[in-house]
Amino acid sequence: MFKFFLVKLAQLVPTFIGVTIVAFSFIRLLPGDPILLMAGERGISAERYAELKSQLGFDRSLIVQYFDFLKGLLHGDLGNSLVTHAPVMDEFMSRFPATLELSLFALAFAVIIGLPAGVLAAVKRGKTLDHTVMGISLTGYSMPIFWWGLLLIMLFSSTLGWTPVSGRISYMYFIEPVTGFMTIDSLIAGDWGAFLSSLHYLILPSIVLGTIPLAVIARQTRSSMLEVLGEDYVRTARAKGLSNFRVIMVHTLRNALISVVTVIGLQVGLLLAGAIPTETIFSWPGIGKWMIDAISRRDYPSVQGGLVLIAFIVMIVNLLVDLAYGVINPRIRH
Amino acid sequence: MSQLILSKKSSQPAPGTFRYQLASFWSDFSASRGALVGLIFIVFILLVALFAPWVAPHDPAMQDRSALLVPPVWHAEGSWNYLLGTDAVGRDVLSRLIYGARYSLSISAMVVVISMGVGIFLGLLAGYFRGWVETVITRVMDVVLAFPSLLLALGLVAILSPGLTSAMIAIAMVQLPYFVRLTRAAVIGEKNREYVIASRLSGAGHLRLMFNTLLPNCMAPLIVQATLSFSTAILDIAALGFLGMGVQPPTPEWGAMLANAREFMGSAYWAVTFPGLIILLTVLMINLMGDGLRDALDPKMKRS
Amino acid sequence: MALLDIEGLSVRFKTSSGLFAAVENVDINVDRGEVWSIVGESGSGKSVSMLATMGLLPWTAQVTADKMAFDGQDLQQLSSRQRRRIVGGEMSMIFQEPMSSLNPCFTVGTQIDEMIKQHLGGSRKERHERALDLLAQVGIPDPARRIKAYPHQLSGGMSQRVMIAMAISCNPRLLIADEPTTALDVTIQAQILELLLKLQEDTGMALILITHDMGVVAETAKHVVVQYAGRQVEKQDVKSLFAHPRHPYTEALLSALPERAGDQDRLPTIPGVVPGQHDRPSGCLFNPRCQYATEHCREVEPVAAPDDPASTLCHYPLDHPAVGTPPSATPQDPLASNPSSHNPSRPEVRP
Repeated sequence: MFKFFLVKLAQLVPTFIGVTIVAFSFIRLLPGDPILLMAGERGISAERYAELKSQLGFDRSLIVQYFDFLKGLLHGDLGNSLVTHAPVMDEFMSRFPATLELSLFALAFAVIIGLPAGVLAAVKRGKTLDHTVMGISLTGYSMPIFWWGLLLIMLFSSTLGWTPVSGRISYMYFIEPVTGFMTIDSLIAGDWGAFLSSLHYLILPSIVLGTIPLAVIARQTRSSMLEVLGEDYVRTARAKGLSNFRVIMVHTLRNALISVVTVIGLQVGLLLAGAIPTETIFSWPGIGKWMIDAISRRDYPSVQGGLVLIAFIVMIVNLLVDLAYGVINPRIRH
Repeated sequence: MSQLILSKKSSQPAPGTFRYQLASFWSDFSASRGALVGLIFIVFILLVALFAPWVAPHDPAMQDRSALLVPPVWHAEGSWNYLLGTDAVGRDVLSRLIYGARYSLSISAMVVVISMGVGIFLGLLAGYFRGWVETVITRVMDVVLAFPSLLLALGLVAILSPGLTSAMIAIAMVQLPYFVRLTRAAVIGEKNREYVIASRLSGAGHLRLMFNTLLPNCMAPLIVQATLSFSTAILDIAALGFLGMGVQPPTPEWGAMLANAREFMGSAYWAVTFPGLIILLTVLMINLMGDGLRDALDPKMKRS
Repeated sequence: MALLDIEGLSVRFKTSSGLFAAVENVDINVDRGEVWSIVGESGSGKSVSMLATMGLLPWTAQVTADKMAFDGQDLQQLSSRQRRRIVGGEMSMIFQEPMSSLNPCFTVGTQIDEMIKQHLGGSRKERHERALDLLAQVGIPDPARRIKAYPHQLSGGMSQRVMIAMAISCNPRLLIADEPTTALDVTIQAQILELLLKLQEDTGMALILITHDMGVVAETAKHVVVQYAGRQVEKQDVKSLFAHPRHPYTEALLSALPERAGDQDRLPTIPGVVPGQHDRPSGCLFNPRCQYATEHCREVEPVAAPDDPASTLCHYPLDHPAVGTPPSATPQDPLASNPSSHNPSRPEVRP
């Protein structure tokens, strides 16, 4: 198992080097002077230009710059933000928990609803319930989530006043960040009200971010369930006189999960992509919003660092999914 | 017996001919009601986009200062002049949606053409030559896939400067790996089949083998992917527009319209609701059609 | 009272082009401890009738029967909960593809344990010991190690042994074996058959063996049902069936046995295939492949004569001894050369 992990990890190295090259060359290899681009239309003085140029190492050769970048990366140093002058790594790390918390809640929402919906649709194949579930999930799959977010805000926040519009927690609470997870930190602080408030603030963004993964999971669950239901061993399970529930939930679902878990893992890239509009709509202080801000401010070290870190996270999660696949599929494990 | 039928010039096309394939494809495709509805809707939207200047009641850029944020016609304050209401500067929402279809559909179509064309070419190279060519191409595609799609597109657009062309290139780039992977897998699967070997033995060159022999037999999954890609492109373009990185205002692009209307969300729901609804409907209908296409073209996928 | 008593069993499948009668009007009466065989080609509906008995057919199947009783209990009247107590516990089944019939996600032990837990109960330890005993009983070497194995780690023969162990784990009174050896190597086939018969003898359970191999029938069964295109065409004791086949189809199956082909250079075959949903002939379903078929056969569907103990589904049941049956001392003319001589009433036979 450990060897399997190491082999998979080794396979990632070339891809990761590719990622660093892409992030590194993003601005450098394209036409235009990155420093002038960063300065934007306001222009820049000659001294400031020279200062920035040497600060960013643009006066050295590209190869040297790239290896400097790699060396820094290995030490966890991604340079400093041009806007806040704080280390990019710190900026990223202070925001990442917010995105992670939101993504986990969104994924939980997607799995908790999508998985049973897919199972039900498969069991009731061809019936009204099946058509309804599949219709809803195709709609969810086609959803422009930035609009979906606005719509939900209009309905639940503006009209009904049930949910807050933006932010992570009510301004009445101040929670000392420990883990960066508002839910966990408020529990650590022992503030029950703050915990509920943080959950309250998570509802809408999680639904919005979880909508497409929910649709994908429901569709995948249904189709793998249907495939497995036709297998000989499901017939064997019935021949054993097991209850219908056990045949479906143990013998069928267990096998269908193998492909569903893979698909759930693939949602991570989707969640991080969806985090950008979602965080923008709900003013959620995570990396999606941070990246958008960095891109629009041309805070180029932040963009470069953010790209590398996000790609790194996606790759690691995909690796973990591969491992999970091995764990739940005995044919690979042994 | 079969010759007899043939000689009678029956209306049923003979098996093996292109017309027969087309007919059997159509019967499979039209068996799904959803797919048909999708197709009809897409054709309708296409026609509307094509004839926008004749269909749209107003000039999409015309600002009627006397009619700011007029609600849709079914409200008491609504006006028949502006069926779906007006936005904050008095532009007709319906006309802007109609013109917006031109942008969304044409950019998305270009995205599919670019990513499919380049993707098929790279995928053919990778699958046909294998070896280092394949390694390099698949590695590069892995790198592209390591970035969340919208993030990569945003980054590319930021560099290329926000606008229609850069949005198009960025999204095509993000879609590319799916076409490369599909083509490569299909080519590897087909490459050692008898008909390819026969063609090679009869002296077909690399290019001929790749484009004339292999490619037509790998098209089914690619066409399905193309519809998927088309709907994703519409969503991504709208997302870029919404984030202010795509087509720039005052162009009536659907995503950009949403972004503009966002601040009037509380007072003018119509300016927010309809652009999103039309995006949702278009994407949904393309996906419906895609499901039907998949069932008709790919018996392997149909089983599930 | 018979253990399994089925009368007039019909199974129809809903398909896109209407109902398809996969099994029609099948009767079978199995007493305690009897060994039966259902024989027929692929597509003859022999598995379907048993799957219907077990209640294992998909929802597209409509099962009807005049009578369908196990040990006096009407299977059609039972609630699904009551029926599940019988299925697996008192009446169990093994299948054609042992490799795909075991769940790949669970160990052999877990899958046997699940069955015992469902029907017999007992403590975890007791169940474990029982599973080990069962594995030893079906001839699996090193049960303590194999019990932790996953199905993909087993060969086809081993998998079938595990399936058998599972099927007999709750001391069933009837075991249905659906072509249990078809997917296995020839050498393994004999071992598995031997094992089934030994277990049958040891436990006194009844056994229904579904097969397409007349050779297997000869070696195992006491009673035989021959099925063709969903119909039961003949039902006899194995001895008299081999000695005096009544239906031309049975006769053809028998003459396709290598040991009965005698000195002929080629093994006789039955031309054509079992008719499917769309090419069912009118009249007797076997008529296109029957060497004796007449105009009458092509037009009128036969019914079994009420006084026929073999309930042969044929207008002209054969009444001659079979070709080259070992016990029969008198050498016979090969049937195919001049069949009409055995049945003078038969009109001229087509070449």
